[in-house]
Amino acid sequence: MPAKKHKPKLAVWKFASCDGCQLSLLDCEDELLKITEIIEIANFPEASRAIQPGPYDISLVEGSITTPHDAERIHKIRRQSKILITIGACATSGGIQALRNFADVKYYTNLVYANPKFISTLQHSTPISHHIYVDYELRGCPINKYQLIEVISAFVNNRKPNIPNTSVCIECKRKSVTCVMVSQGLPCLGPVTHAGCQALCPSYNRPCFGCYGPKEAPNTTSLAEQFIELGLSKNDIVRAFRGFNAYSDAFRKESEIYEK
Amino acid sequence: MKSKSIKVDYLARVEGEGSLILKVKDGKIKDLKFKIFEPPRFFEAFLVGRKYTEAPDITARICGICPIAYQMSAVHAMERIAGVRIEGPIRDLRRLIYCGEWIESHVLHIYLLHAPDFLGYEDAIQIAKDYPEVVKKALELKKIGNDIVNLLGGREIHPINVRVGGFYSIPSKSEFLHLAERLKWARDASIETVRWASSLPFPDFEMDYEYVALRHPEEYPFNEGRLVSNHGLDIDISEFESNFFEEHVAHSNSLHSVNKKGEPYHVGPLARFNLNFDKLSPIAKEVAQDVNFIPPINNPFKSIIARAIETVYACDEAIRLIETIDWKTKPYVEFEVKEGIGWGCTEAPRGILYHRYKVNKEGLIESAKIVPPTAQNLKQIESDLYSFTTKYLNLSKDDLQWKLEQAIRNYDPCISCATHFLKLEIVEE
Repeated sequence: MPAKKHKPKLAVWKFASCDGCQLSLLDCEDELLKITEIIEIANFPEASRAIQPGPYDISLVEGSITTPHDAERIHKIRRQSKILITIGACATSGGIQALRNFADVKYYTNLVYANPKFISTLQHSTPISHHIYVDYELRGCPINKYQLIEVISAFVNNRKPNIPNTSVCIECKRKSVTCVMVSQGLPCLGPVTHAGCQALCPSYNRPCFGCYGPKEAPNTTSLAEQFIELGLSKNDIVRAFRGFNAYSDAFRKESEIYEK
Repeated sequence: MKSKSIKVDYLARVEGEGSLILKVKDGKIKDLKFKIFEPPRFFEAFLVGRKYTEAPDITARICGICPIAYQMSAVHAMERIAGVRIEGPIRDLRRLIYCGEWIESHVLHIYLLHAPDFLGYEDAIQIAKDYPEVVKKALELKKIGNDIVNLLGGREIHPINVRVGGFYSIPSKSEFLHLAERLKWARDASIETVRWASSLPFPDFEMDYEYVALRHPEEYPFNEGRLVSNHGLDIDISEFESNFFEEHVAHSNSLHSVNKKGEPYHVGPLARFNLNFDKLSPIAKEVAQDVNFIPPINNPFKSIIARAIETVYACDEAIRLIETIDWKTKPYVEFEVKEGIGWGCTEAPRGILYHRYKVNKEGLIESAKIVPPTAQNLKQIESDLYSFTTKYLNLSKDDLQWKLEQAIRNYDPCISCATHFLKLEIVEE
């Protein structure tokens, strides 16, 4: 009789976040029970009271690091995890809460120290990769649940995830969606934003606002100049790049150029 | 601004890890602490300086489970500043997308988060090993809720199609007709859910609650209404802050909402049901009567039945809306920015969600205040835990721990704290 095959153990961890990305796993209504046949959900407090000890084959990490305690905790998780994957904009670029990273330090210090219980709060909200080695980063605010299944399946089967790294702009072209910037003059982040949403906003007649963060080598300079042509103010441009991925390198640098 | 700093953090505490410490001495509770700790994310601080049009998308990120509620409270507040009332098809479509969120959120809680407590399982995946058909049906029902949000909102988590004034675009009626057929199945499945939920074993436990919910003259409340309670409250939502206050409790990191007398109050499905039973659709009302679930209901463990009845209502209402909406409407109403203060209060799956914004003449937000339902229920939850422990002190440590966890989950307080991450320490002296 063949030995029982090892079922890979999956753990889900939460840091500062809205819970939406881990909820994506429970939103896999058609696939959830099949997934549990292949992998063992060993640590997923959002779904289960039963917590199994590590080590884990795959850890999914949601949320950004915002407290000294969490900055310690992520190292412990790394040590227990064979593969560690960050899911979503918070874990990958610091999330919407990274807007505090740009605030007047004195203002925030006052804010922080106005109440002693905030003293342990860090000045910055940082992505997981600023603290530990990350095996794979899945983008999105929120992530695309089908991409999540693809990434889990790829690591279980020891292959490379098939996640396109093009732009939202390319997704629009593939879907034959009329360009909202060319046809209506709307300021769209699609040319510099990582693919993954299937050009969702332009499909609903709305310009992209950057949920998936910067694509590889984005030309943000040229896009910002185009925004000026469209009549946006400097402040508008700062806000456009300071959304859910404000602290990603490319978006942060471009927003800082227009800040003064 | 300094005083705001205290208030920005409570948003974070509505989610995350909860812990409970109970100390008993000589058969008496010496200490009972329920804490929710979650790193502060400062939403109210960084909303300052953002454009009023950004509030729905930014505040949606407070909660991945009920983003529609945040978007709805935000758009209503902004429209109130501009003095605009959205009527007709756009108003109906907002009710429709809210139906989707209620179905998705309620079914998630009923079957995946709360049912395991009643049935003695660690989680729904374990239930699926013994009763796969039950869990499959639950997932299918949850999916229909998500599909409404998906189609009208663009995606189920952080939808992109809601804007101040209406929607960016409106899908065609034909896309919804298919959903209406599935919703008829869903309505039947949720009627069965009500019957099943009412047959669960409930602890003998009642509280004397002040229930607070919206009330609208013509409909079961989603987006609009006056704030009412069974203790005689009846106010416009703009009076929220002069009737409800937050107090800092020394033993907890959480701010607790209280009424004028400093007492806890109860928001959510049980509050809505008790205060708006007469506004349920005939089908929802009938199934409630069938299982003899008629106000006043004061056993918090029975909130699972209220959630199931609201799921029937949401399916029923969604079917009605899909059939009657004028789908050829313009997707949004345009209006000029005005400076001023506006309030929004809508019924999130977990209860009333209050927003208040001050906007300047450039349309930039000058201040923001957000009070989520879970923050309002925290003091009530503690009060329930205290009474329950007093009554059931003779239970074994394990049984008491599980029942207290269940008592917290009665409020569906938000997913990560609602689900099984509670540490109970009973110190016997």
